[in-house]
Amino acid sequence: MINGVLHPTNVVAQLVQQGVSHYVTLPDSETAHMYKALMDEPTITVVPVAREGEAIPVAAGLFVAGQNPVISIQNAGLYEAGDALRGLALGIGLPLVMFIGYRGHNRKGDTPDSAATFLEPYLHMWRVDYFVVESNDDLDRVPLAFERAANTNQPVAVAIGTEYASEGGE
Amino acid sequence: MITYEDACRVINQSRGEAVAVSTMTQTRYWNKISHEPDLDVGIANAMSKASSVALGVALGDADRPVLCLDSDGSLLMNFGTLATIAGMAPKNLFHFVFNNGIYSITGGQPVPAPGIEYAKVAEACGYASAHRFDDIESLDSALPDILATDGPVLIEIIVRGEPQTEGVDQTWESNAGLPNQLRALRTRLTGTDDWGSGGPYI
Repeated sequence: MINGVLHPTNVVAQLVQQGVSHYVTLPDSETAHMYKALMDEPTITVVPVAREGEAIPVAAGLFVAGQNPVISIQNAGLYEAGDALRGLALGIGLPLVMFIGYRGHNRKGDTPDSAATFLEPYLHMWRVDYFVVESNDDLDRVPLAFERAANTNQPVAVAIGTEYASEGGE
Repeated sequence: MITYEDACRVINQSRGEAVAVSTMTQTRYWNKISHEPDLDVGIANAMSKASSVALGVALGDADRPVLCLDSDGSLLMNFGTLATIAGMAPKNLFHFVFNNGIYSITGGQPVPAPGIEYAKVAEACGYASAHRFDDIESLDSALPDILATDGPVLIEIIVRGEPQTEGVDQTWESNAGLPNQLRALRTRLTGTDDWGSGGPYI
């Protein structure tokens, strides 16, 4: 295996620790196990959207109403959500942690998937800080992302560079 | 056919302390008559996303009614929002769609399918109820009862188009005011003034 093992319950535990109230998401192939784990977490409300561009505006509304949302979408969906990222995250100073599925990510750097090729240049272009999480060993980066978002009043990405494993799986 | 001014006036009469999330031409008329500016947000920066912001506010503050003053052109640009709203089924969300069949702001070009009946689409998506009005008297008499029902409700209003022919007059101005509007709304809803500035645009 090129990338590491990341168990969704560990990520859910991080979300609970951060007091996350809502998980606004359009599921993708890498995050199927994460969705299942969230269904078992009663303190977090999952908000499924029909298209990724809705996720940031929904999260903005939740934050304005006093909630603590995160979003979770795939890198390809983040590209679709560009105008919302511009106008309703960067443009309003929204402290939002965005979990971005790093589809096609390969630590060897030879991915044929342009969805992966463009993710980090895209985040740099928007001046969005980000942390890459590839395994359970990287989970200490998640609180750093929340801290950075809160301190800067800006969106911060957590790029999930591996497919979530099933519980007990590798 | 209903005018924007009349529609906004009638909605405002029944508004109470509801949040109002508006967009495009509706914002212009709403701002003139609203008596609760701290509960108003005009979403122009991120076109078409007023209904998504309204959904977030409605889910986040379930005890307060939320009115979304949307339009046909904007809704077409974010059509999946109907499914998303229906799926979450917030009882406190009232989704108004001002339908004039054109893009007013850009000079009056027709939307791709001017004949769409949005109330029917919303009903098919699973909204709790949907209504369509093309005269102000009917809207005026029905609205208080509609707002007393459980949402999500879509209220389609057939309005007379007002194409702008002398250029756009609202985009930059309303975008610049949006961060402060959202902060004022958060303060009003949460009772705390804890959202500082941030980033290169504020």
